[in-house]
Amino acid sequence: MRIIRLTSVMAGAAVAAVFSVATVATGEPKSGYDFAEPETREMQDDDFSNPGMLIADYGGELWSTADGEANKSCADCHGDAAESMKGVKTRYPAYYQPWSKMINLELRINECRVNNQKAKAWKYESKEMIGLASYIGYQSRGMPMNVDIGGKATPFFQKGKEFFYERRGQMDLACSNCHEDNAGNMIRANLLSEGPSNGFPTYRLKWQGVGTLHRRFKGCNDNIRATPYERGSDEYVNLELYLAWRGRGLTVETPSVRN
Amino acid sequence: MKIERYVLPLLGAVVLAAAGMSVPANAAAEELVKFSVVDGQSIPASLTGKPGDPVKGREVAIHRKKGNCLACHTLPAPDQPYHGEVGPGLNGVASRLSEGEIRLRIVNPKYANPATIMPAFYRTEGLHRVAKKFQGKPMLTAEEVEDVVAYLMTLKE
Repeated sequence: MRIIRLTSVMAGAAVAAVFSVATVATGEPKSGYDFAEPETREMQDDDFSNPGMLIADYGGELWSTADGEANKSCADCHGDAAESMKGVKTRYPAYYQPWSKMINLELRINECRVNNQKAKAWKYESKEMIGLASYIGYQSRGMPMNVDIGGKATPFFQKGKEFFYERRGQMDLACSNCHEDNAGNMIRANLLSEGPSNGFPTYRLKWQGVGTLHRRFKGCNDNIRATPYERGSDEYVNLELYLAWRGRGLTVETPSVRN
Repeated sequence: MKIERYVLPLLGAVVLAAAGMSVPANAAAEELVKFSVVDGQSIPASLTGKPGDPVKGREVAIHRKKGNCLACHTLPAPDQPYHGEVGPGLNGVASRLSEGEIRLRIVNPKYANPATIMPAFYRTEGLHRVAKKFQGKPMLTAEEVEDVVAYLMTLKE
């Protein structure tokens, strides 16, 4: 299933007007888009120049390709992703009853593969996973992030919040030291953002490719000389929930472009 | 004047025996030299017992895997691109702070301000999930700390 490309901005339209960068303290959360260089924003604004769209397109192909012993495609059960997956990214991570804990989109994809397609789980950072997660995320473009942190999600939200404020690594830094206290300040050549999740998976210029939010978490942890957690770990999923909540109301930009 | 003695991580009985002795800066990574913090603001005495080298200190300060001061601070180093703006500019720092105050802010600025974002460059204890490669190692050796102190002491206004 191919993605219909739009030459004009989707998520960007609302955000593009906001050129000033401010910190959380001023109220409204800011997207990483607001912290990006103009050239980076332009790449994202035009789907034809956004390299992330290539892998999202690939995800669209996977959506309609049968796989596993059940020989089913995503489309066989879920139909047109533009309908069935619209808004899904805005709600993830979500509480998942069978695990009695949170699940994010990538892990949910693998649950469906294993349980319904009777197929092998994909590796978290595989091209297939990034492709399908990008394709599904794309269906929510322009919609506001709106995770549920009530009920059974609350303890996991609290854990994610604790992670955000907990110092770690040889450099003894918490996420908050950079992405709350210093959002909008330059750290060497990079402008510190608020670290929201609304653009992931993202095409990162530094990576020369598309990667998941958990890859970015790992990179951040490595930078401060901390032992990272596994992609898809409870710790990172809970942090993802907290970041999604911090950035609630930001519109989905998947696949975004960042430096 | 309140003097607190910090006997920093002496891992192992052998080291305890040697606690009163001076420890070379490049000794095993686990052994940090003892130092005294005065009023939570100053470490007056050189960690190595001698002055550092300001020329080497400039190199350490700029080196991205050592001091990496430019990540957060501006320095009078126009040859270097992209100076950070997370911390205060360091031009003229020696006119604002004493040598002991500068040393404390490199060794462990949390003595003066527990909430600071600035890492401690000479500390190995009380840290969480340090990557294996860096466990038990300070970010700078005592000698490197002294070299950076000597360099920063040249930055007068």
